[in-house]
Amino acid sequence: MAAKSQKITGALITKGIQFSGFSSILFVLLIMFFLFYQGIPALFDVPLGDLFSQRWYPIESLYGIVPLILGSLIVTLGASLIAVPFGVITAIYIAEIAPRWLAEIMKPLVELLAGLPSVVLGFLGILIVSPFLRDVLNLPTGLTAFTGSLLLGGIAIPTIVSISEDALKNVPVSYRQGSYALGVTQWQTIWSVTVPAARRGILTAIMLGLGRTIGETMTVMMVTGNAPVMPASFMALFMPIRTMTATIASEMGEVAGGSPHYHVLFFIGLILFLFTLAVNIVVSRISTQQLKRSERILS
Amino acid sequence: MTKIPASGNASPVLKQLIFQQIGFSVVTALAILTVLPIIAVLVYIIYLGAPAISWEFLTAMPQNGMRSGGIWPAIVGTFYLTLGTAIFSVPLGVASAIYLSEYAPENRLTRLIRLAIINLAGVPSVVYGLFGLGLFVIFLNFGTSILSASLTLSIMTLPVIISTTEEALRAVPQSFRVVSVSLGATKWQTIRRIVLPQSTAGILTGVVLGLERAAGETAPILFTGAAFFLPRLPNSPLDATMALPYHLFVISTQVPGMPIQIQYGTVLVLVAFVVLMNIIATILRSRARARRSW
Repeated sequence: MAAKSQKITGALITKGIQFSGFSSILFVLLIMFFLFYQGIPALFDVPLGDLFSQRWYPIESLYGIVPLILGSLIVTLGASLIAVPFGVITAIYIAEIAPRWLAEIMKPLVELLAGLPSVVLGFLGILIVSPFLRDVLNLPTGLTAFTGSLLLGGIAIPTIVSISEDALKNVPVSYRQGSYALGVTQWQTIWSVTVPAARRGILTAIMLGLGRTIGETMTVMMVTGNAPVMPASFMALFMPIRTMTATIASEMGEVAGGSPHYHVLFFIGLILFLFTLAVNIVVSRISTQQLKRSERILS
Repeated sequence: MTKIPASGNASPVLKQLIFQQIGFSVVTALAILTVLPIIAVLVYIIYLGAPAISWEFLTAMPQNGMRSGGIWPAIVGTFYLTLGTAIFSVPLGVASAIYLSEYAPENRLTRLIRLAIINLAGVPSVVYGLFGLGLFVIFLNFGTSILSASLTLSIMTLPVIISTTEEALRAVPQSFRVVSVSLGATKWQTIRRIVLPQSTAGILTGVVLGLERAAGETAPILFTGAAFFLPRLPNSPLDATMALPYHLFVISTQVPGMPIQIQYGTVLVLVAFVVLMNIIATILRSRARARRSW
């Protein structure tokens, strides 16, 4: 009897576990469904030409999302110029060069940076970074795309460091030993053996880091000045801009449900979602390719 | 030691070593330059925030348009949201990880699940906010509430919990399972009695890291449950609530004439909360490693 009830409980639990396993797919589909369901009507509310025009001014029903997309791209580009070199170099230092005790101090610090809420970074941006940049660069305001890039660099760095470090650690020791045996210095080994061997992992790290950057909301909303204007030239980096994420966050609270403005904000969310989806599909392609390659080498 | 040739030119080896020394110095400098600001930020926040912290600041209601008084409702709100997130995301996330580690066959469907998890981890936080607004607030009619916000945060937290839990489960040697099953235990009994107890510390690490992230998020709760200001504490899961991160956003950007002291104090409380959870996760992780007797 006890055995029978155990069997039934076991079967029920197994079903529950199976369902939970599939739940992630369900959630992705639900997210996609709601973004399409609320975002696609924007294409009927607003003529396509207006939607992709250069002026975002919802009060007068001007819903040109191009300045917002460019705003996001500028901030992300600026952040990558900071986060990629610093992140990858820090990973190389921790994985290959640092004495053990120092690496053990640096790793938790980087993790702590990953855990810092983005409002905290935004707050520090308003209080320290922005006045500093305004005075040093002699700008009319410190709330610029560049300020956002600097802080978003800080948000991308933990992702880049930890995934790159894993990739470097996964390079077999024999690669390095082989290189040393040929009389190559540690420095040359790092750059001509270890880093190339880990390049897919490092690339994954960079893409995921930048994926996080483009989706970041609170920090950019607080420090980039919230001005939805077309970036005219390279100098736009030092002027206020507005990203896609900040637009959704700052305007969604005030729109009437079902209005064109509401649908356009969902449409922007849909663009962001599809962008990160694309990044993640590419990333998982890269990492499965890597798996197959290492399997080939080992067999 | 390398001999320097009589011609006077440094040998190629020596040149390489000098080159290496310079390279190492530059890399070290850049790495320290990356990490140093993190320490600076912590010291700065503690130094400026500590004077604002008092029993009254922590336990009093905000007064005078939040310009004086305390941040008690924001602390309570963040506690409720974190608790709500844990209630939904921990069972679902752990069960999902058990499926991936113990049940899932290596097929197309499993690869699709993994892709879905990676994708959930990459969805921008504000998009979670939109999704929560569409599904929980409007479609399911939960309104702007702790319930809607917790559910939204739960889905956002799932990937962290699933991936760390799966890693912890996979670290349990296969032989443990084989022995258990050979003694007549069912698959579920094996998981329940052998695999889960052996990986508890690892699972808890993931749970703490996931909840830490949820507690610090603002964008997902902006339109699903966060209140600008409430004169009282929430009474039910269907009430909106104040929350620490959103409160920090409000007082640092939306309220003119906000005393800087209160802002620093709020930042310190939020950061202390995050650092505390981080330390707990680190301790759990080292314990998970130390316990590993195999």
